[in-house]
This record gives sequence, C-alpha cells and structure tokens, in this order.
Amino acid sequence: MQGTPWSRLIATIALFGLTATAATGQELPVEHAVLVAPPSVPPAITRTEPAKVIVDVEVKEYTARLADGVEYVFWGFGGTVPGPFIRVREGDQVEFHLKNHPDNKLPHNIDLHAVTGPGGGAASSFTAPGHSSTFSFQVLNPGVYVYHCATAPVGMHIANGMYGLIQVVPKEGLPPVDREYYVMQGEFYTEGRYGDEGLQPFALEKALAENPDYVVFNGSVGALVGDNSIRADVGEVVRLYVGNGGPNLVSSFHVIGEIFDTVWAEGGSQMNRNVQTTLVPAGGATVVEFKVEVPGTLILVDHSIFRTFNKGSLGMLAVSGDEQPAIYSGKQDDSVYLPEGQVTLTASTPDPPAALTKAERMLQGERIYNQTCFACHQANGQGIPAVFPPLVQSDYLIADIDRAISGVIYGQQGEMMVNGQKYNGLMTPQTLKDAEIANVMTFVLNSWGNTGDTITPDRVARVRKNGPLDNAFQQ
Amino acid sequence: MLIGAGGADPAGAEPGAPPPGMVRVDAGTYTPMFDVEGAQEIPAFYLDERPVTNREYLEFVTAVPEWRRSRVPPLFADEGYLAGWVSDLEPGGAPNAPVVTVSWFASRAYCEWVGKRLPTLAEWERTAVASETEPDGRELPAFHQRILDWYGQPTPSTLAEVKSTFRNYWGAWDMHGLVWEWVADFNTALVTGESRGDAGLDRGLFCGSGSVGAADFRDYAAFMRYAFRSSLQGRYTVRNLGFRGARDVVPEEQGGK
Ligand code: HEC
Ligand SMILES: [Cu+2]
Repeated sequence: MQGTPWSRLIATIALFGLTATAATGQELPVEHAVLVAPPSVPPAITRTEPAKVIVDVEVKEYTARLADGVEYVFWGFGGTVPGPFIRVREGDQVEFHLKNHPDNKLPHNIDLHAVTGPGGGAASSFTAPGHSSTFSFQVLNPGVYVYHCATAPVGMHIANGMYGLIQVVPKEGLPPVDREYYVMQGEFYTEGRYGDEGLQPFALEKALAENPDYVVFNGSVGALVGDNSIRADVGEVVRLYVGNGGPNLVSSFHVIGEIFDTVWAEGGSQMNRNVQTTLVPAGGATVVEFKVEVPGTLILVDHSIFRTFNKGSLGMLAVSGDEQPAIYSGKQDDSVYLPEGQVTLTASTPDPPAALTKAERMLQGERIYNQTCFACHQANGQGIPAVFPPLVQSDYLIADIDRAISGVIYGQQGEMMVNGQKYNGLMTPQTLKDAEIANVMTFVLNSWGNTGDTITPDRVARVRKNGPLDNAFQQ
Repeated sequence: MLIGAGGADPAGAEPGAPPPGMVRVDAGTYTPMFDVEGAQEIPAFYLDERPVTNREYLEFVTAVPEWRRSRVPPLFADEGYLAGWVSDLEPGGAPNAPVVTVSWFASRAYCEWVGKRLPTLAEWERTAVASETEPDGRELPAFHQRILDWYGQPTPSTLAEVKSTFRNYWGAWDMHGLVWEWVADFNTALVTGESRGDAGLDRGLFCGSGSVGAADFRDYAAFMRYAFRSSLQGRYTVRNLGFRGARDVVPEEQGGK
C-alpha cells in the first residue's frame, strides 16, 4: 500500500496549523485600511501615532475588457488591475489578510516590497483557492513600494495583473497637494495580436520573449482616457504615484506638456527636480509632482514610444481652467522662413509623378499610410477610442471628404464627433505633397471595407487653395 | 487479483485486463521536478478512467455515515467539505459531475472503501503527460497550451460531467480540463510559496533535467500543478479539486502490454 503515513500528515497539520502571532507588546489602536480602486488613492493619514492596520485583500480571477472587443482573464488583488493602493504610516503594525476566492483555479500569495522579512510575506500568505491567510509585519521604511503575487510561475501571475502599490507614509507626514492619483503600468501577452477580438489567452512564448501585445496603464487600453481621464484644475499641484508591475519592461514615464517639478527618485527619499522623463523599473515605483499651469489635456505616456501609439500605454490628465497666455500663448504668428539664398521647399520640389490608375494610387497610398497615419489611426484604420478617431466607416469622413482632405493638409483640432464618439484631439498638418495626399486618401477611402472615390491631386490642390478651415491646426 | 476492503469487486476481470472502469498504465519512468534523485521507476498500475463522481461519492457517504458532511471531524475536512451539497445525502452538482470539495483524508477513505488507493504523484504525473496519441505529449505545443489555457480560467459555476474533456493515450479521461485531483503524496514537493527562493523550483526552472531549459513549455504546466498541491493541507477542500482511485498491478501481471 502506498501513501503517506498518518503520523507525518498529522505533523504537517501541526506545522501549518500554527498561526504565528507577531509580538506586539503595547496595545495599538486598531483600524481597517481604506482600499479604493485605481486611479484613486485612500484619504491622507492624519494620525501622529502608530496603529495596528488591518488590510483585507481578496484575490479574484475574472474576465474583463483589455481593449475594445478584447477580453482577458485577469488575476487581480481586490478584483482590479492594479490592486488597491494600500496606505499605512511608518511604524504601523500591519495585519494582512489574503483571501483566495473559492472560484479561483490557482493558489496565490503576496510579496510586499515594503516588508522587511523573508520573501516579503510570500511564504506566509501562500493560499489555496477558497482559503485565507493572515500574517503581520511592521513597516519600517517610508516610501512607495510594489506588491505582487510570487506564486510559481511568478512571471505568469504578474503578467495576468497581480500587482499594486503600498505606500508607507513617513512619520513626519507628506506635504499636502491638491490631487493625488495612482497609475500603474503593466504588459499583457496575448495569443492574438494587438486588437484581435475575443477572449485572448495568455501567451507564454511571447512573455518569455518579452514581446508584449499590450503595454497599458491601469490594466486596460483606455483606462485613463476620455471619461476615465484623471482631472485637475489650473494652478493645482498634482502628485502621481506611478508603479510598474512589468513583468518585463522598464517604463520611460513621461507626461506630454509637463515637466515634473519633483520626482522622488525610485519612490525613495531622494528628491530630483525639473525632470522630463523618469524610469520606472519593473517591480518598482516612483512619485512625480507638478503644478498644472495651463488648461488642456496632458498625455501620460511610456516614452518608449511605440508602446504608446501601438500598444496602449497612453493616459490623459484633463486640466480645466482659464487660458494662461503669459505661460503658453498658442500659435501667434505663421510666416515663411527663408534663409538667404533659399526658396521654399514646397515650391522647389516637384510633386512625384501622378500615379495613373486607382490600383497604383492604392498601393502608394498604403505605403504612405503605414509610414504616416498608422501610428495614430492604427493598422486597420480603427483608431483608438476617444483618442484617435477611426477612418474605417467614419461618418465624419464620409460626410465631407474635402473637409477631411483639408484636415490632412492643414491639420485639425478641437471637438469633433465621429460615429457618436467625441474626440477632442489634435492632428498636426501632414507634410505631404498633393499627389501623396491624393494617394493616401484614395487608400483610406477604399480599404478595410470602405468604398469610395479615387482622389486626384487636382482635387487636393483645390482644397489646399481654399485655405484652412475653422478647425485647422493653429499652434 | 486484488480484493478490496469493501465496495466494488474486480472479480470477473480477465487476468491481466484492467479492472472495470480502470485503465492500465505501463511501467515506465518519471522525473519529478524537484527531486534530486532523478528519474523514478514506476511499476505498471491501474488508474480510474475518470474522476470519482457525485453519485459514487453519495454511495460512499450513504454506506459510511462518518464521512457525511454533518459528521466529519474538522481535523479531517475543513468547513468547505461538500459545501455545495443540499444536505448530507443530496449532492449539489449533477450525479455524473466529479465530486469536489473533498479533503485528502476523505478521498483516501473513499478509495480504501472501494478497494483502491490514491495514485502517487509520480503515477498521476506519468499518466497526465500523455496526449491523445502519445504517452508523452510534452513536446506538443498545442497540448501544452490547452492545459495552460485551462489553468488560466476560473472555475465555472457548474462543473461539466466526467468524460467531457479528452481521453488520453492510456485511455484515461479528464486528466486536464475538468478538475484538479488529489494524489497520495501531494505535499512531498513542497513549494513554500516563496517560489523564487525555492531551491527545487530554481532547479526545475533553470537547470531542470538535462535538456530542459527555462523557456520550455513543459515546466509551466507542471509548475502550476506543483504550486497548487503545495498550497494544500490534508483537511482542505477546494471547489475544483476532486480525485480518482488507483490500484497496484500484482507482480504476475506486471510484464508488458
Ligand atoms: C499624431 C497622430 C495622428 C496622425 C499621424 C494622423 N492623424 Fe488623423 N487625426 C488625429 C486626431 C487626434 C484626429 C482628431 C482631431 C480632433 O479631435 O480634432 C484626427 C482626425 C483625422 C480625420 C478626421 C476624423 C475621422 O476619423 O474621419 C481624418 C480623415 C484623418 N485624421 C486622416 C489622417 C490621415 C490620412 C493621416 C496620415 C496622412 C493622419 N490622419 C495622420 C491624429 C493623427
Ligand atoms: Cu497569483
């Protein structure tokens, strides 16, 4: 008869059944940590004495939107990606309860980088589905720290969304700011390519090759865009807690249109000032602060920039308030600049020879599209909801093709409605010859299910002669 | 021929043929992920062709009242034991769905009652690496991806019936894709939860057995099974954890197929 002797099993039970209680000499006031979903953070800690803080986090495996039309089975602390922002104070005694939902398939645990102790709590919190674990630790070092699941295979648990941030507020407190937000980057590796619809399983081979299909802020494409944008008013100081779950990529975190007044280097105690782009390592975090001086939309990006325009790492901070022309004027003057002895480029370079047939225009147009328009309007003209409008089946485009041509020549900005969705972005003028614009527009109007006319260079020239429309780019 | 301590009696089976409802897995070797000793010889054994069902488990608790939900001592099963059942003698799921939320102790008691035992980890793993057509399907990426995909999905609210997934080379159904299964020595390869520091895991991932590299698909599925088992204690019950029985092949039956 095979099997394990009873004695050994009983011994195992005894070993595991014991719950170690952290030594707490003095009686601390007890409070329950307030956990809120990202991008919000819990209220500031006003206590001036340590407390025993009870943190309750449930792990869930759940299906949710990764991008429009794309679903994914996320594994998330608290049922969100990233998990809840946990805020405690230096010197607090934390009692952590990790609950693994009974419907989950797998065991999970948590390694908090804020913990001084073996594995950051990983072994003590290892929990089977339908069970819960408790462990305690004292937070000794102030800072902002990543937590993540460390169950084998670790990479897969992180790749599915098992990360978040814990802040240990220093004893002396933090300077108050007007707004605080929580942004965490992470990559997803899917069997299908970016945008392929349906439920996409995790792709192990791509994860091993560190070649993600999605690089996103807060767990999905568009989680911080449009109606989900984070907000501030002109004159306010904004503090962003920026984490990176990875599992593989290091983020070049940047906010287009801002300079970080202060960066807490690597989330630690060293302050750096006047920073444009800051690195956030996988399994690391940082804090950036800046005063928003002018109204408009600031764009949060991973400035490893193909990730932003092709994989989703784009968020928005909408700043409302009055224009501040002394700080930022908008475009004040536009005139031709001619160094001595030169003539304008546009005048000196002849248009490329006109493509003759529609098929030829399509072919050349496709090349221009892939070089010039693709980054924003995406491979199949589907755009990015609320950021870059679609060109496929676009009611705005079809309603007035000359207006669209004008937009490509002179750029366009301000509000527009495309297929019922509001866009308030900006397309700079595309520096293309008339024949090139004719070709790319012919391609757009006859691709991905669109059916339309052939656009001729003459027609583009006519639109150009009419001059910019009201919504033209004007910086 | 083996005669069990009660329940089903394999009498009537032809000599050398598997008992009814079981399949024969030939003698072979199995290399555990975390064992320094390397490849283990596994004699031929019989394994249930599918997990134990609610109906069968009902027969057991009907005959052996100590294992009814209201009677089981907490030392041998946690509060989740048969939690989905309507009452002591009314299973919650379909009669032919696998029984789940049973502890290791309970699974073991059931097996003894029908004259079987739980398979060892090595026996279970040896059977589970078989695809539909190969005794070792680990080289087939599609086979692996299917297993990983199942591990990546939460448990459905209603479990499918047994024999609803696939039948492998040995004739065993549902080794993947239906429920996790208890094995006799589920906690020998203890993953502490601190998987990165686990000497065994490091070996499994980074050195492995000779040719196995860290980038190998084969490690991941086994990894997840080891992690799952290591998170268990004998009294635990889980909503997607069932079991099936095994039996020795007596020496004169060993031979080849
Ligand atoms: C840097 C990103 C970017 C690039 C590159 C770009 N666009 Fe746009 N495009 C936009 C944005 C943003 C808008 C919406 C502007 C607004 O909200 O006012 C837009 C609007 C449009 C529209 C009108 C709206 C619609 O969906 O029909 C057309 C047509 C268009 N672009 C075509 C093109 C073509 C053709 C190219 C390449 C030659 C191109 N764009 C390159 C960002 C871009
Ligand atoms: Cu996990």
